Amino acid sequence: MGWQERDYDSIPGTYVFDGKRANPAYALNKLLYTLNEEHCRLEFAADPEAYCDKLGVKGEFKKAVLEEDFLGMLRMGANIYFMAKMAIPRGTSVQDAGAAFQGITTEEFIANLQKRAEGLTDKIKSRGDYWNG
Amino acid sequence: MAKIIGGITSSHIPAVGNAISNNLQQEPYWKRFFDGYGPAKEWLKNARPDVVIVVYNDHGLNFFLDTVPTFALGCADEYFNADEGWGLKPVAPFKGNAPLSWHLAESLVEQEFDITMCQEMKVDHGFVNPIRALYGDHEIWPVEAIPLAVNTVQHPVPTARRCYKLGKALGKALESYPEDTRVVILGTGGMSHQLQGERAGIIDTDFDLECMDKIATDPEWFANLSNTDIMRIAGTEGIETIMWMVMRGALKDDAKVIHKHYHAPISNTGAGVLVLDNEAE
Repeated sequence: MGWQERDYDSIPGTYVFDGKRANPAYALNKLLYTLNEEHCRLEFAADPEAYCDKLGVKGEFKKAVLEEDFLGMLRMGANIYFMAKMAIPRGTSVQDAGAAFQGITTEEFIANLQKRAEGLTDKIKSRGDYWNG
Repeated sequence: MAKIIGGITSSHIPAVGNAISNNLQQEPYWKRFFDGYGPAKEWLKNARPDVVIVVYNDHGLNFFLDTVPTFALGCADEYFNADEGWGLKPVAPFKGNAPLSWHLAESLVEQEFDITMCQEMKVDHGFVNPIRALYGDHEIWPVEAIPLAVNTVQHPVPTARRCYKLGKALGKALESYPEDTRVVILGTGGMSHQLQGERAGIIDTDFDLECMDKIATDPEWFANLSNTDIMRIAGTEGIETIMWMVMRGALKDDAKVIHKHYHAPISNTGAGVLVLDNEAE
């Protein structure tokens, strides 16, 4: 028996972090989790390949880590919060990652976020019972 | 007897911590967001809680994927923050209240919420940033704090209704605590945002405002939403808003709305503050 289909699998452009991602990407996420510790960060930075071997990160997963291919890592099941521990200190914010997913620049990604909140203060004013500055 | 004075909700976006550390609260990007906490701070000053119970999710600081508890309660004397891998300076440790925590654990298990008990629990931005936004930074925090972590990271995550029921059980647990302890519940996280996938960048201000209104006055509406409904509209990380329901469940049905504040975007996220007074007539 393989992984069962879930209703959230039909949400477009979305990779819900469940068993079918957490299971195959376990070693990858474990490597990312160790980066909470300063001594692990130093060990990883000194020899990324040896660190992957030590943590059992192999094949395509290892390739993505060594190439700092954050997009590829996410698609293979890296959890976004765990991946942030590797990406953010290397200059890739979650907004950079979001932009890369859509093939747009980070500036465009941020501008789109702003657009989604356009007219907000008027909307809040019309509701009446919200603090509005 | 312990008394639930009220509840506050707050988003817990990492960038909020950076803004506080760098004193950016009055910069144009941040001003409206932080100013909206003013009435919540005022209320809190008068409410004088001894303890805040902070409902939040861990983002891979304390819990790895080897063991993912659905609900985990801090039962320690002290809770430490850490740099989360980003090299940030941790904030001062938080004093807990172990006797109250253990009472809650006993009562929750008695009420069939089989909670995970943690005698060591590192607390990340999810726990820390709402406290910092409400109290400012301190070397010795002016309130005791108890972490209550909800899994919103690895699915299956609990439903909004399950969180609401946990809140009701938490309310009962507090009511049966014999000490005269004043408690405020902080429900943190959300609101709409999605960090991952081609759909990253979701913010739905209409849905967020609807959620704030309904969680305050008609929580059944939110309890009826499935996790897929919430993720479809509010994004995969928007699922965190279910944690507001733990706070809501702990309060009276007719708790009075004191303050509502909403701002977007902060980072990738819609950010809401709700203050409910449990004692106001």
